[in-house]
Amino acid sequence: MTAVLEDAPRVLSQTLTPGDRSFRGLVTGIGLFVLILTGAIGAFLGYQAIPTLRHYGLAFFTETQWLPQQDILGIAAVLVGTVEVAVIALLIGFPLALATALYISEYAPVRLRSTLVALIDLMAAVPSIIYGLWGFFLLQPHAIHVARWLAQYAGWVPFFHVDTDPGSATWAQTKFTASAFIAGVVVAMMVVPLACAVMRGVFSQAPLGEREAALALGSTKWGMIRTVVIPFGQGGIIGGTMLALGRALGETVAVLLIISPAFDIKPNVLEVGTETISALIAGLFGEASSSQLSALLTAGFFLFLLTLFVNTVAAVFVNRSRSGASTEI
Amino acid sequence: MSVIDVLEDTLAQSAPEASAAGIDAVNVSAWFGSNKVLEQVSLSMPPRTVTALIGPSGCGKSTFLRILNRMHESVPRAQMAGQVLLNGQDIYQPGVRITQTRKRIGMVFQKPNPFPAMSIADNVTAGLTLTGTKVSKRERAELVERCLTRGGLWNEVKDRLDEPGQALSGGQQQRLCIARSLAVNPDVLLMDEPCSALDPTSTRRIEQTIADLAPDVTIVIVTHNMQQAARVSQQCAFFLAEQGTPGGIVEAGTTKQIFENPHDQRTTDYVNGRFG
Repeated sequence: MTAVLEDAPRVLSQTLTPGDRSFRGLVTGIGLFVLILTGAIGAFLGYQAIPTLRHYGLAFFTETQWLPQQDILGIAAVLVGTVEVAVIALLIGFPLALATALYISEYAPVRLRSTLVALIDLMAAVPSIIYGLWGFFLLQPHAIHVARWLAQYAGWVPFFHVDTDPGSATWAQTKFTASAFIAGVVVAMMVVPLACAVMRGVFSQAPLGEREAALALGSTKWGMIRTVVIPFGQGGIIGGTMLALGRALGETVAVLLIISPAFDIKPNVLEVGTETISALIAGLFGEASSSQLSALLTAGFFLFLLTLFVNTVAAVFVNRSRSGASTEI
Repeated sequence: MSVIDVLEDTLAQSAPEASAAGIDAVNVSAWFGSNKVLEQVSLSMPPRTVTALIGPSGCGKSTFLRILNRMHESVPRAQMAGQVLLNGQDIYQPGVRITQTRKRIGMVFQKPNPFPAMSIADNVTAGLTLTGTKVSKRERAELVERCLTRGGLWNEVKDRLDEPGQALSGGQQQRLCIARSLAVNPDVLLMDEPCSALDPTSTRRIEQTIADLAPDVTIVIVTHNMQQAARVSQQCAFFLAEQGTPGGIVEAGTTKQIFENPHDQRTTDYVNGRFG
């Protein structure tokens, strides 16, 4: 006798062994822990920000000065400074990272590849204080000449304008030091390895079939890279750059060493003085009273939101790139 | 000079310039690292002929095919010896540009590999873009139609040329890849098991395409399918790599002879399906 089988979806289940169950629990737990940790940091910063925001209101976003003694402070200037340094870092770091990634994944002899990868990764392992010292003592004395040259010939562009006469024989060298530009160059060195690693990762996944298709049509290597590797790696290029941007926004010690604090919103990035959120916090944290501390943490909260946003966008791009998806038919 | 010689000369001169060229492999050997996979293979593939390379897996026939258009050397640690003559000129000679060689000797791969980011029409003309050949809009449209027609795909895609190539079925993608290789007007077309990932209907379509192309292009096809070799080729070479030795040609001849009257016992066994 056969039982009448109902034509309704069956409840499908699988029996898990205790080992399966505990492993699943462990992995889920660890995953959740990371999420909770990030959430907790955000919640803590947000909570700390409440008194400051209540006290200063909207002025906190429009005020450029940071004078806690006079009860005047805001993040307008530091936010702009943060973005300026990060954007300069990207403008320099992006082409460097892209070219390095392409060279390593496409052009470098196979034997040299692992060495180059290790070298680039080593760049990421250098402590940021070392980058700061390098920028201050080694880079800056040379970079000011580049800055002067730019100011002299491209000074009509607001970004490159410096409020001095760059052409005079005894030019004001100090006008060109400690600028957003120099800090940006140093931060660029620090974000290149990250961006490069992400890009290299996706480039090396470009399907062999499509590469060979291009070559077999008589393409040059560069033609093949342009039609196959770069379109394939688009998500990684954008995502890696965004990750680098996230890193650049938060970079602290190297920037702190190089810039001299200036709380103005100014586009002229070659000129002495700027300030970033993280450098502000690091600089004032030690001697802050409790209300000042709250103000600093509020600034930190917005930096956190900014980097969280940038990194989330980056993750979306990296995941959306075809590298994640199956290319099989 | 005999009358026949004169006649042949005249015929040769009157032939259109982009006509098929013969390709001759002379004592070709190949290595991957220190592992020798082909030994002293010589084979003449005359113009306007379909040559089938048959043999069991791992006998070096794909490697041989990839040597014919210099794709072999794109594999790290791959080496080769011998000569490949295209119309009598060695394609491995210093000074011969590899891009030019590959343009003249097109290739269709086992797995269809259209460029996914490009439309159907752009896929067809990809070879022109890649080799920096400029064409007018009208020429381009004509070329797309001509190549898709020759590839046996035009009727199926003529209303959706702007759709991505990846939206096509596997068999259609493969015919798109054939059309793409034809767009650069190659003298020789190499096909590396072009139907092994396809269903029987698509296979039949591609075999028809091969038959249609044969009068204009020299075709060399690697296949595991004996019936396919018998159906599409006029000439056949049987490759074999015996235990621990590099691969080589056991026997080559007209397809009719290889299938009906093979001289070597191993060929008899293989074409009758006794091994491989």
